[in-house]
Amino acid sequence: MQITLNINREECPLDLDPRTTLLDALRNHLGQCGTKKGCDHGQCGACTVIVNGRRINSCLTLACMHEGDEITTIEGLGAPGALSALQGAFVRYDGFQCGYCTSGQICSATAMLDELREGWPSHVTKDLTGEAALSDAEIAERMSGNLCRCSAYPNIVAAIREVAEGEG
Amino acid sequence: MKPFDYIRAGDASEAVDAAADGATIIAGGTNLLDLMKHEVMAPGRLVDITRLDLKRIEDMDGGLRIGALVTNSDLAADMRVRRSWPALAQALLAGASGQLRNKASTGGNLLQRTRCYYFYDTAMPCNKRAPGSGCGAIGGATRLHAILGGSDACIATHPSDMAVGLTMLGAEVEIMGQGGATRRVPLTEFYRLPGDTPHIETVLEPGELITAVILPPPAAGAQTYRKVRDRASYAFALVSVAARLRLEEGRIAEAALAFGGIAPRPWRDAAAEELLCGEQPSEALFVRAADTLLQGAEAQEGNAFKIPLLRRTLTATLSQLWKESSQ
Ligand SMILES: Cc1cc2nc3c(=O)[nH]c(=O)nc-3n(C[C@H](O)[C@H](O)[C@H](O)COP(=O)(O)OP(=O)(O)OC[C@H]3O[C@@H](n4cnc5c(N)ncnc54)[C@H](O)[C@@H]3O)c2cc1C
Ligand code: SF4
Ligand code: FES
Ligand code: FES
Repeated sequence: MQITLNINREECPLDLDPRTTLLDALRNHLGQCGTKKGCDHGQCGACTVIVNGRRINSCLTLACMHEGDEITTIEGLGAPGALSALQGAFVRYDGFQCGYCTSGQICSATAMLDELREGWPSHVTKDLTGEAALSDAEIAERMSGNLCRCSAYPNIVAAIREVAEGEG
Repeated sequence: MKPFDYIRAGDASEAVDAAADGATIIAGGTNLLDLMKHEVMAPGRLVDITRLDLKRIEDMDGGLRIGALVTNSDLAADMRVRRSWPALAQALLAGASGQLRNKASTGGNLLQRTRCYYFYDTAMPCNKRAPGSGCGAIGGATRLHAILGGSDACIATHPSDMAVGLTMLGAEVEIMGQGGATRRVPLTEFYRLPGDTPHIETVLEPGELITAVILPPPAAGAQTYRKVRDRASYAFALVSVAARLRLEEGRIAEAALAFGGIAPRPWRDAAAEELLCGEQPSEALFVRAADTLLQGAEAQEGNAFKIPLLRRTLTATLSQLWKESSQ
């Protein structure tokens, strides 16, 4: 079927089998391989992209369901020489080893900080109606949808904390 | 994944007509697409309902009407829910991950299928996936399986956290059939026990669309949701408890309980609730309520741990609410 997707502020016409996930459309049809495929079943977060401002797993959604949506991938957040705040912090803090989970981590963290700004609570927020403090436990819980096989977690949390505090 | 036709419904009646004609509804897709990749489900046609106007959370008769397409994230972040139905917000936040909750819809969450390993593995027998083929779980790996409400045909659990919170809170499901007429079914009557037809999971008729979930007005007392799982986050419940207690002059005036991870549907037990009412709270009383609940529990080798775990989880949850109520 013929569809057009808006990816990183660019209209991309595509001719796809309806079975194509958003993840496969990005990687196999548009050659945008920054978004990674880990499990392909919603269990690892490597495929995280931002759709209309919210992070989702691109492996568990069909490309054809996203006509008219604004899709942002790691390529749309920043580029060498013009890194986003989180991209820069991940480099400075060594927030990775092999780097496979990294694009998913950064897309996820980018949208997670927006959720925090909007006052969303999490599973570890003590006072549901109050403001969540930005503890390491809060960051870990909010980022639990992104696994890191290399277990770079301490540095990932440090990178995210720096960006979040820099804002505050 | 097997090939399918894709259609996008413009309004609810289009969705209902397509579904009555054999199309499978897709909302967030986080459960359906997972199962389609494993070919556990192989619909020939999908009807996409995500453009329907079912995304609002509205005040209604002192309670809330939650549209079927409201995401789990938006529902958990709603200040009315956080303030007046906190056990629901907690149940939602205990489920899945941030990414999944942004996609998971209220209707899809209720209808998500079991996480039984044998249901997912098409090389294994499973009465739910292939009626009459047998049950791979009985005598097999049963860590996620039921100790109450199962049958010789199936001991799968319903995996939703949200549904357990909603069940404790007395929610109803609003359902639209062909012609646009709607009916309301209490969540306690929405899910069927497996008996010898484990593939029939709810009272939904083919072609029916969930349009909303209705929450009754907030109830007095302290409430909470407690989930026990194999890791601290991003894992399904082994055992979970949604509970509300209202104390009056040192005695329990009202108790509402619902349990997850232990039965084919969010589990309620009126006898356990009645046993608590009118009594002075104590650990011993809570253990007696747990024993009432667990009467008739049947465990396999792999899930026998749930009996003591549920007893401890219920006792701890009620003790916490008792403490909060006495402050
Ligand atoms: C890795 C992982 C971990 C998870 N962990 C948890 C957890 O800890 N706790 C938890 O509760 N859940 C968990 N989930 C499940 C998740 O909550 C569900 O996948 C989600 O809620 C389903 O909603 P959806 O909108 O994506 O449904 P879909 O996948 O779109 O649909 C699910 C089913 O509902 C039907 N359907 C959808 N909407 C309607 C409607 N309005 N009317 C009629 N039929 C409809 C569809 O036909 C389909 O059969 C997890 C999922 C994954 C992948
Ligand atoms: S417990 Fe139910 S879902 Fe699991 S294998 Fe047995 S019949 Fe299938
Ligand atoms: S590839 Fe999508 S969650 Fe793992
Ligand atoms: S850096 Fe290797 S998986 Fe995270």
